[in-house]
Amino acid sequence: MKYIDEFRDAEILRDWGRKISLIKVSKSINLMEVCGTHTVSIHRFGLHKLLPENVKHISGPGCPVCVTPNRYIDEAIELSKMEDITIVTFGDMVRVPGSRSSLEKEKAEGADIKVVYSPLDSLKIAEETEKKVIFLAVGFETTAPTIAATVAEARKRNIRNFFILPGNKTMPNAMRSLLKDRDIKIDGFLLPGHVTTITGFREYEFIPRDFGVACAVSGFEPADIMLAFNSLINQIKTESPKVENVYQRSVKRDGNPYAKVYIERVFEPINSEWRGLGEIEHSGLGLKDEFKSFDIRNAVKIDIPEPFEHPGCRCGDVLKGKINPSDCPLFGDPCTPDNPIGPCMVSSEGSCSAYYKYG
Amino acid sequence: MPIINMDDKILLSHGGGGKKTQDLIRHIFLEKFSNEELNELDDGAVIGDMIITTDSFVVNPLFFPGGDIGKLSISGTVNDIVAMGGTPLFLSAGFIIEEGFPLEDLKKIVDSMSNEAKAVPVKIVTGDTKVVEKGKGDGIYINTTGFGKKTLELGLERIKPGNKIIITGTVGDHGASILLSRNQFEIESGLKSDCAPLYGLLKSILSEDIKFMRDPTRGGLAAVLNEIVRKDWGIEIFEDKIPIREDVKGICEMLGIDPITMANEGKMVIFVEGDRVEETLKTLHMHPLGRDASIIGKVTDQIKGRVVERTVAGTTRIIDMPSGESLPRIC
Repeated sequence: MKYIDEFRDAEILRDWGRKISLIKVSKSINLMEVCGTHTVSIHRFGLHKLLPENVKHISGPGCPVCVTPNRYIDEAIELSKMEDITIVTFGDMVRVPGSRSSLEKEKAEGADIKVVYSPLDSLKIAEETEKKVIFLAVGFETTAPTIAATVAEARKRNIRNFFILPGNKTMPNAMRSLLKDRDIKIDGFLLPGHVTTITGFREYEFIPRDFGVACAVSGFEPADIMLAFNSLINQIKTESPKVENVYQRSVKRDGNPYAKVYIERVFEPINSEWRGLGEIEHSGLGLKDEFKSFDIRNAVKIDIPEPFEHPGCRCGDVLKGKINPSDCPLFGDPCTPDNPIGPCMVSSEGSCSAYYKYG
Repeated sequence: MPIINMDDKILLSHGGGGKKTQDLIRHIFLEKFSNEELNELDDGAVIGDMIITTDSFVVNPLFFPGGDIGKLSISGTVNDIVAMGGTPLFLSAGFIIEEGFPLEDLKKIVDSMSNEAKAVPVKIVTGDTKVVEKGKGDGIYINTTGFGKKTLELGLERIKPGNKIIITGTVGDHGASILLSRNQFEIESGLKSDCAPLYGLLKSILSEDIKFMRDPTRGGLAAVLNEIVRKDWGIEIFEDKIPIREDVKGICEMLGIDPITMANEGKMVIFVEGDRVEETLKTLHMHPLGRDASIIGKVTDQIKGRVVERTVAGTTRIIDMPSGESLPRIC
């Protein structure tokens, strides 16, 4: 078992495609995923092309960089311009355009910006400098445990020049907000496999119960996703919505208790602004009182002008699944992965980028 | 909207070998340097029966599993000459060294340059040394310029629908091993860079059957195929035919990088006459550096101006020019 090739077997995938098309549902069906890795995998392997014509796949607000509002990026850029500051970030954030600049451009101007794969690396950086080292804390429940562990470790080791710019988001209430939006029709959710590995899927059970919408917890290999599509269409056909876990090799109903303990120790739910969706109650993570000293907003005054979005950019509507990326007037010209206007074109997980790259 | 805005500054992604690099070449360099030889935008220039090509090496770290900046500086330039159908003859070597650089490291680098050059064989006949202040360089940068004798007529215009495409071995080894050697992930693996001069491997197949060759360095297979494709035909590749080591596959999966965009330093993409491809493949398989050679696709007029991959799922996807750098300073 190598865990890659077996889940990409063409014959198995075609079989699932056939099985799915045999489930005859006459109405049109919208299936939404809310995870950037699902977006990429579906486009990378062309899985949406294996679905029957009446089944449409929509990418929702699942790319962490894409849902981060301009205000946050502007704050990060403003911080990067300050003399005694090192910005530490996941690579995806570097090229995202804020209202007026990007971290990539500030880096060329001399800003001290370092890319890491693990938030814990920022502690090493902090220990080797006198400067304030600020980690850009973005992402969903998947990045939250390691960021929480980093903050806890910083306190334990008494590293006083380490801070975060809190921006983490949590998924359930964002999905609730989409379900309440009358302009958006969602018949089934592919639940994010990475996020639910941490949180479990218990907290998504309100979706079938309160909204009658089908849910399937899905992994990321082509066979995982086809299996999840099959589960959703079956639930829709039989009008028996539930949360089905088809990613049992990773996800449990209550998730990973160790990771959750870290999140709960360091963070608390706060209201949070999402690009395209606006402010959503209890959809973000802020530092608890005892860790507030690690919030750079408490240590440095960040003055930024009112953020603005490119007037033509429709990332917000793309994130809500209201339009396809190719329906945006900027898509492909002038907005491309090399000249991104909106964040959905920057991140490798962004739906515009996935549409552009893979067709 | 202008592609190059004169208020902009050079970003790392301008050096990534993708679209931004292309824009820089076309709108800044070609704009002023334009001439018959340069406008070909090949890996080197052909002057009479001579080939000239140049390459600079800024890899970080300087020493990595499977090679070092010295070995890279020979193989990179030799491979460019070979890709143009030439026999490598002479090299120049320029060194920009940072104050404080250990002489012992310099000696190691020079040793490996000398060993590689002898093995090709190619002679280093002229050079230059500059030392910059501490903090103004990054250890050492090397430039090599290569001269070769043209022995085979190759060219983009010789590629026709029906031609088959060979890769001489597994893709992504160099990019992945550089990534691991930075030790950010604390992953141990036996992976080595594929860095090697390919003259020995390729001289055995040079014949009229070969239409075109290019080495998939920065930007990997995805970038070279996009550089090569022309508007009146397209390229179709088959995902299950592209050789990729299991460890490279695993690393790429973990980091979300597509292995066909990862750099190679000892591989060649070869366009071959369709009905002669099996013979070419057989010859490649006999050489240690060509053991994993595979026919990965074909030139077709069913699609035009695009590189399309048939995925393992049986669907198709467009392979676009990679944008930006997947990791900095790999060659």
